[in-house]
Amino acid sequence: FIMFSSHRHDDLKEMLDSNKDSLKLEAMKRIVAMIARGKNASDLFPAVVKNVACKNIEVKKLVYVYLVRYAEEQQDLALLSISTFQRGLKDPNQLIRASALRVLSSIRVTIIVPIMMLAIKEAASDMSPYVRKTAAHAIPKLYSLDPEQKDQLIEVIEKLLADKTTLVAGSVVMAFEEVCPERIDLIHKNYRKLCNLLIDVEEWGQVVIINMLTRYARTQFLNPNINESLLEEGGSGDKTFYGSDEDEDEDEEEKEKKAEVAAMAKRKPYVMDPDHRLLLRNTKPLLQSRNAAVVMAVAQLYFHLAPKAEVGVIAKALVRLLRSHSEVQYVVLQNVATMSIKRRGMFEPYLKSFYIRSTDPTQIKVLKLEVLTNLANETNISTILREFQTYIKSMDKDFVAATIQAIGRCATNISEVRDTCLNGLVQLLSNRDELVVAESVVVIKKLLQMQPEKHSDIIKHMAKLTDNIQVPMARASILWLIGEYCEHVPKIAPDVLRKMAKSFTNEEDIVKLQIINLAAKLYLTNSKQTKLLTQYVLNLAKYDQNYDIRDRARFIRQLIVPTEKSGALSKYAKKLFLALKPAPVLESPFKDRDHFQLGSLSHLLNAKAGGYQELPDWPEAAPDPSVRNVEVKESVPEWTKCSSREKRKEKKVEKPFYTDSEGESGPTESADSESDSATGSESSSGSEESGSGSESEESKEASESEEEEEEEEEEEKKKKKKDLKKPMTALWSEFGNILPCLSFLVEPAPSPQVTPVNTFLSNSLVTDLEGLSLSDSVLSPATIAPSSTLKSYELLHRITGEGLSVEYCFSRQPFSPDANMVAVQMQFTNNASSDTKNLHIEDVKLQSGMRVKEFPEIELLPAGETATAVMGIDFCDSTQAANFQLCTHTRKFFVSIQPPVGELMRPVFLTENEFKKEQGE
Amino acid sequence: MIHSLFLINHLGDIFLEKHWKSVISRSVCDYFFEAREKAVDPENVPPVLQTPHHYLISIYRGKLFFLSVIQTEVPPLFVIEFLHRVADTFQDYFGECSESVITDNLVIVYELLEEMLDNGFPLATESNVLKEMIRPPNILRSVVNTLTGGSNVGETLPQGQLSNIPWRRAGVKYANNEAYFDVTEEIDAIVDKSGTTVSAEIQGVIEACVKLSGMPDLTMSFMNPRLLDDVSFHPCVRFRRWESERVLSFIPPDGNFTLMTYHISSQNLVAIPVYVKQSINFFEAGSCGRLDITIGPKQTMGKTVEDLKVTIHMPKAVLNANLTATQGNYTYDCTTKMLVWDIGKLNPQKLPNLRGSLSMQTGVPNPEENPSLNIDLKIQQLAISGLKVSRLDMYGEKYKPFKGVKYVTKAGKFQVRT
Repeated sequence: FIMFSSHRHDDLKEMLDSNKDSLKLEAMKRIVAMIARGKNASDLFPAVVKNVACKNIEVKKLVYVYLVRYAEEQQDLALLSISTFQRGLKDPNQLIRASALRVLSSIRVTIIVPIMMLAIKEAASDMSPYVRKTAAHAIPKLYSLDPEQKDQLIEVIEKLLADKTTLVAGSVVMAFEEVCPERIDLIHKNYRKLCNLLIDVEEWGQVVIINMLTRYARTQFLNPNINESLLEEGGSGDKTFYGSDEDEDEDEEEKEKKAEVAAMAKRKPYVMDPDHRLLLRNTKPLLQSRNAAVVMAVAQLYFHLAPKAEVGVIAKALVRLLRSHSEVQYVVLQNVATMSIKRRGMFEPYLKSFYIRSTDPTQIKVLKLEVLTNLANETNISTILREFQTYIKSMDKDFVAATIQAIGRCATNISEVRDTCLNGLVQLLSNRDELVVAESVVVIKKLLQMQPEKHSDIIKHMAKLTDNIQVPMARASILWLIGEYCEHVPKIAPDVLRKMAKSFTNEEDIVKLQIINLAAKLYLTNSKQTKLLTQYVLNLAKYDQNYDIRDRARFIRQLIVPTEKSGALSKYAKKLFLALKPAPVLESPFKDRDHFQLGSLSHLLNAKAGGYQELPDWPEAAPDPSVRNVEVKESVPEWTKCSSREKRKEKKVEKPFYTDSEGESGPTESADSESDSATGSESSSGSEESGSGSESEESKEASESEEEEEEEEEEEKKKKKKDLKKPMTALWSEFGNILPCLSFLVEPAPSPQVTPVNTFLSNSLVTDLEGLSLSDSVLSPATIAPSSTLKSYELLHRITGEGLSVEYCFSRQPFSPDANMVAVQMQFTNNASSDTKNLHIEDVKLQSGMRVKEFPEIELLPAGETATAVMGIDFCDSTQAANFQLCTHTRKFFVSIQPPVGELMRPVFLTENEFKKEQGE
Repeated sequence: MIHSLFLINHLGDIFLEKHWKSVISRSVCDYFFEAREKAVDPENVPPVLQTPHHYLISIYRGKLFFLSVIQTEVPPLFVIEFLHRVADTFQDYFGECSESVITDNLVIVYELLEEMLDNGFPLATESNVLKEMIRPPNILRSVVNTLTGGSNVGETLPQGQLSNIPWRRAGVKYANNEAYFDVTEEIDAIVDKSGTTVSAEIQGVIEACVKLSGMPDLTMSFMNPRLLDDVSFHPCVRFRRWESERVLSFIPPDGNFTLMTYHISSQNLVAIPVYVKQSINFFEAGSCGRLDITIGPKQTMGKTVEDLKVTIHMPKAVLNANLTATQGNYTYDCTTKMLVWDIGKLNPQKLPNLRGSLSMQTGVPNPEENPSLNIDLKIQQLAISGLKVSRLDMYGEKYKPFKGVKYVTKAGKFQVRT
């Protein structure tokens, strides 16, 4: 045979050595087919590797397939091909570079590790994002080949994480998860970028990124349900996110701890970190993905991270997945089962989607049953039980057994229907199918334990069943019941024991144990009638084959039959055997599974899989959110090389908290000799503004202020500029952690006067009310109209608005009715030929916490006219859009206002002295 | 992530293996065969299995098992979804996904698997990108290839992977520019014995066949978009436009694709097109049973119900059926116990009826359960939810395309309990 096979391979070798591509191709195809069928083709290695540089693309590709498969076994020969790939790495065509790197990194030969490392490093800074993506793919390959390269690879990962293309993002996060999932610090700077890119990343990458960000968010943000989980703790003792895996004894301690947290929570109401909100907002659209894995990833993210009120959105998407392939259903139902324990209300509206069809596979049926049982409550139990009744008639007996279990669980959980369920189950005892009867017996036994005194007739009925029923578990259950409640059936019990003693030797082990148990109990309560029977049974058991049974018999004999040797224990035998036993709690097997990250393999198996990353508990206090801040230029949507270069030049004005895209530093300022003072003052943000700012602590603002000039005898030109930097009695501290803040010059008298945004600049320092903005245009010593300093945005274009156009700008003025609101100045222009009437707002749709103060209705806007109005919006420190309808007398337009970062401000009043002090810091 | 893939036929033979990392012996599949044995039905094999060193995740498609071997934590749906994508790709390339077709095209299959996964992580799963790299087989080309030694591998390097819209290749040209959309709705319903609807929902899908030159940008709007509150989209659809204006705006992939799927779950919106009057009885005496089924139209919106079919899975004890149908034919398969009544078009004037006796196995107690009826039907030119496409606009290109929308309603999982 060996002769034959080597002979056949000779034939292939010949073909590979020929000059004709077609012969080579034919040979390679046959070889690959051999590999695919799992046949060994390794002896062809030298002949194949020679063709690695073949011109024909298909031959080349097939050679790659061969090489990757066998290189590990033929390390020395594989090295022959390396130079080809090294050449390929330098090719001008990006696709060839990528494919060379891909194959090179797939060759599992330890000796080329340094070459691979070099290639990956080079590719990581390649011009082409596709090559960079390939580099990201190569990282885990190299890591699995040589884990000692970890540190160097982390450097590459760090570099690639900073990449801004969607092509790379998914692959590099994948590499991150494989190589260094514990280095959560690498994510900080890239967090916002990843959130923003997410929707455009390819679907597989989305899954990986979302899972990683879930873990990240658990370490960086506060539990949005902190108040809720405390309430639950007090009420039902149901543990939520906290300490589900902690010991019972720690409970007290934990509660104390929680009380503390609660007190803290009361002092300081929970405010969601805008970054936390950003993640939730940007993942939500992905619930609409066609890819079930993406939908599941978002669902688990919401389940683990979202405030309780918002989790509901995932139910609909998950229910939609139930229409998919049965494997998808299987996984989704497992997760729904876990979720439905914690958040039942979420799936209640979709109860009917979990109804079972006779055509479903059994494993799906059982899972649906689990979900239905979890969803059962006082209001819907009657419908669910009616459903269960149809299921019991099913042909699928395993499923019927599961249904009986489910009925038992409903009966224990909902006391109102306990009797109904019990009656139903008793009826099943006359079922023809033994499995059904057996399962019913087991469940009835559990139910009877809750209130045995009422149901002696059921026990009698079951005693009769011992003649017919053969399923060991059911027999054992009946015997246990009779023993336990023998005082309810004093006449029958000894008779049952008699029959059992007769058949003892033929019973299964669990039945035998229960017979001994029954005998012991009867001996204790009714020794007159049963003494001999008990002795007989114990004697039989003494010589049983099973040592458990022999052991039990010996133990029980000592305990119940008083002899001289028997100790004090036998006095208490009755107490030992006939103690009141607590009723069993029928629990879902999915309870507490949510300590595994949902959607994960570990959750599905309910066991930790290799490489599983624990989902951390929420931190008690949020870590510094500023770690996610990105330096000035980089937060600008367009990342261009040129901007970063610019940035480097402007080192002096680099302001870490400050992300004005406009680049507020004009050339004047950087030329200014005193400009460094500005940097000094801006580091002194929040904490000291205590004068008026109770909120100043919360705002992670870095209010930037300019220093007051002390020397007044500056030259005229300079002086004009510095006037602007005069003491401020109202300091606009900013809400979003970013962007320029407005300073306001008002008289010391605390008048919350709304001033026109800008007026003439005057030299006199005291008398004027001056609005001051630090954008560069204001710095120029000229009179500027307010509008030019503020960027206006389009709310409604005149074409879509049928002649009505609306622009809005953030006027950066305090909104007098409510200080928490940001003033939005709207300018309505009627370009149509007819009048517009009754302009007003309707149907405001907001994220929780946000509020809107509408502008007063504009009665009439004649054709060609323009009107302005101011409305207030409390964006709740987030950059979410406020959606509403703009209505005229004829039409409604859907519009939304989304604040650019940095336009969210609030006024803070400071006295002059406080301000100076502030500045001095 | 995905370590290896094994393709297994219904007999339990492994006919293809592919490893993306080190080779794993095919003996790992023994654990799977064990579970397969235990499950009786192939549908009941657990999709995720745990073995001492590996995890096995499998799907069952077209009588084949796609079995993947996993070593570390990975979201199971990620693997399942990917395996289905592989099966879809085979379907797309070869017209079907069966053992014979795969073994006939072993090399192409292998090349595809090589491109779809890199080190166990999905690389190119978009059919357009794959087709640029590896051409699907057709008879003419395979003849030419054998003569000239040409290949199935694209000569040009794929650009699709590099673009922002990987689902569309550049430079598409057609003589006839056309865009057709099929709106298909399936009714999933459970109707109980008395004829009341227990649950009903609609699963809708819009399949598109777009053959347009260049880079067209399409916008589709609906008469009643409010119906659609639970949707999922092909990645090409701009989600924000949908959120704000309820229109579908997208640059379409070339060829056939699923544009969107939707789910209407509120029961009162779902019309049930037919009613069923049935009685199935089994008698203790004489070991026989009687069956009587009549079907009539209920809410058909004035359209004709076609391709009507009733399938009943009878209890084991039913040996044979002796029935008469006033319309259509019936068959009873004694081994699978399936009774199929093929009715065809539903005539409202003369309702189809099937009645007769069932012969039962003697000596066996009567079955307690009554089998449920599964109904298939089709209604042309109607989307039962009332969804209507109002217009389709194209931007970005100058030519005028042919456009068309077709509506079909079908029964999905439509079950009548008895």
